[in-house]
Amino acid sequence: MRRHHPIVRITHWMAFPLIFAMIASGLQIYRAYPRFGEKGGPYYANPFQDLPSWARLGGWLAGGLNWHFMLMWPLIAIGLLYFGYMLLSGEWKKLIFRPRDVAPAIQMSRYYLRLRRDHPPQGKHNALQKQAYTFILLLGMLSVLSGFAIWKPTQLSWLTRAFGGFQAARYWHFWAVWLFVAFTLVHVTLVFVADPASFRGMITGRYRGRYTNDEP
Amino acid sequence: MSRDPRQVDRRAFLAAGVALLLGGCAREKKRLDRLMTTVSHFNDGVSARLFSPTKLARKYDVSKRSPSFPSYFVSPVTPKITNPGDWRLEVGGRVRSPLALSVDDIRSLGQLTYTVKHHCVEGWSAIGTWSGTPLRAIADRAGILPDARYVRFDSFDAGYYNGWDLPSAMHPETILAWGFNDRELMPDHGAPLRLYAPHKLGYKLTKYLTRITFTAERPGGYWEDQGYPWFGGV
Repeated sequence: MRRHHPIVRITHWMAFPLIFAMIASGLQIYRAYPRFGEKGGPYYANPFQDLPSWARLGGWLAGGLNWHFMLMWPLIAIGLLYFGYMLLSGEWKKLIFRPRDVAPAIQMSRYYLRLRRDHPPQGKHNALQKQAYTFILLLGMLSVLSGFAIWKPTQLSWLTRAFGGFQAARYWHFWAVWLFVAFTLVHVTLVFVADPASFRGMITGRYRGRYTNDEP
Repeated sequence: MSRDPRQVDRRAFLAAGVALLLGGCAREKKRLDRLMTTVSHFNDGVSARLFSPTKLARKYDVSKRSPSFPSYFVSPVTPKITNPGDWRLEVGGRVRSPLALSVDDIRSLGQLTYTVKHHCVEGWSAIGTWSGTPLRAIADRAGILPDARYVRFDSFDAGYYNGWDLPSAMHPETILAWGFNDRELMPDHGAPLRLYAPHKLGYKLTKYLTRITFTAERPGGYWEDQGYPWFGGV
């Protein structure tokens, strides 16, 4: 069965290296001032003070900035393309977590916790997947908005204020990194453990896996 | 000869392959650098569009001032002038009447004091109070010509200089500062006179000023010439 539109597949596989290059160049920028808070403190808690050099892209601050400020445009462009497609095609209904997905999410959790034997019926994605994918889309939006709040704290002062100020916006932007990394690890693991056919589905667009039911 | 000639061939082939790859990399690197410069100029344009010539920066109470405010210069030691009485700011380039002004002359042209947040390209920020004379008052006195589109700021700090777009320079909060935190500007913060604005990153705010030149061509800058973003607006 047809699974993913080419727009979804192209933007998915472009977002993956782009986000990682954004993270690597961002960590290069972060290195210039690896703390969060006004000069002189107090500082927000930061468990990731020292990061290995292999995680950085750009060589020095200006290099990191130039990579970051270059790759942000294709990333924003594919983000807008993806959101535009999801909205116009109606596909968002199969992906976005809504109040009606709360009960199925509980059933799905019961299944994973072995409190329920049979796999609950699902559509293209189960309710927990919807939760995860909705979360990552919100995280993408948060990253872009907090990025602009850091880039133009005086011109876009309303945005910077919405994040709690310049240093707080940097803090949000930084935590987004670790949430992206954590999501990617869980996402890749679950793809291969729970539904390997979905990996092929994201490449060819065709799916021949277990969860073939249409939206209930 | 005990060496198998085929092996030599293979070695030569490998060497040629590596050379080709490295040459290709160097070319790719150059192409990438060019692309980054192009995108950086595009981002300067986006920054210029996001810049509002009238929007004022958020002001803070003096009690919010940062306990420490980093100072910075590119000279090996703090730049100082030997004879402060002889110091003059030269204003020239695309102007009707070039000027040479003492700090007192500049102060008499207008005064502005604000407590604002300073943003460094490194990511730190600090709050401080700056007192100075709006650059616009000096530009009005010199009379800028219609073809002036940029401003170049020169210093006596080892050739440090910056180039600005005219709209940012004419913003009402762009000042030539002679005071910091209620006191006279100290040498570590750019005495006797420095450029200040809450809408530019720290490296755009030339310290130890000697000359202001209005130009038709876009000037570079100390860090900008090495790859930092040219507009540097926040």
